[in-house]
Amino acid sequence: MSWHQKNPLQGSLARVRGLGSAHEGAGHWWSQRISAVALTFLSIWFVYFLNLLPLSADAHTVQIKVLSLLQSPWIASLLTSFVIVSIYHGFLGIQVIIEDYIHSEMLKWLILVFVKLLFGILGLVGIVAVLKMAL
Amino acid sequence: MTTGKRPLSPHLQIYRPQITSVLSILHRMTGFALSIGVGVLVFWLAALSVGGGLLSELHYFFGTLLGNFVLLGFLFCFVYHFLNGVRHLFWDAGIGLEISSVNKSGWAIISATVLLTIGIWFCIGGF
Repeated sequence: MSWHQKNPLQGSLARVRGLGSAHEGAGHWWSQRISAVALTFLSIWFVYFLNLLPLSADAHTVQIKVLSLLQSPWIASLLTSFVIVSIYHGFLGIQVIIEDYIHSEMLKWLILVFVKLLFGILGLVGIVAVLKMAL
Repeated sequence: MTTGKRPLSPHLQIYRPQITSVLSILHRMTGFALSIGVGVLVFWLAALSVGGGLLSELHYFFGTLLGNFVLLGFLFCFVYHFLNGVRHLFWDAGIGLEISSVNKSGWAIISATVLLTIGIWFCIGGF
């Protein structure tokens, strides 16, 4: 990620701390692992949550069940956490794919910014949707 | 420096597929698919919060044969990425890195993925 070196918002100390062949230390690697561990629990819960829904019934029946389940702050928090951590983990993965396969620095930067915005908006929509149903 | 036409390592097109490389590529592919899947999940949650025609149409689509196929695909990606991800976490802790263990855990994950995908599919309702 050599474009990181040109970041004018980064001071000298921050730049020095992030040295290593990837120019940013092991931060990304750790974030990916920690979100992965969180997702092992959250995704098992999500499968359990889906199992509570009458998914073969019509849309309205499913909607009523989801609304009633989300009245529990635990379920609403767990669903929000699952959505947010999934999006975060997904973004970290997509970032690595982009960095591996897009070799033009400018194009890489543009796509990374676009994808980050896209995932950010996705996260916001997810939070708003769950809160709207929970509250 | 000309960089246009030089082939890039690891030359996947001339490399004999092995369980290690195939499962590694599959991990990345299923991860990519799941990023689209989380987009579908958020879209579904948004539709659930709004209700109306959009929600009915979404449920209608996922009730069709094509929709079922898409959902089964996402479930397969989820189960595989989950199991192989746990395998990666063990590797990160330095466990199971001998090539014989890697091959064994690889085959174990292929079988477990098939069984769990079918199991969860029918458990959740199979639509």
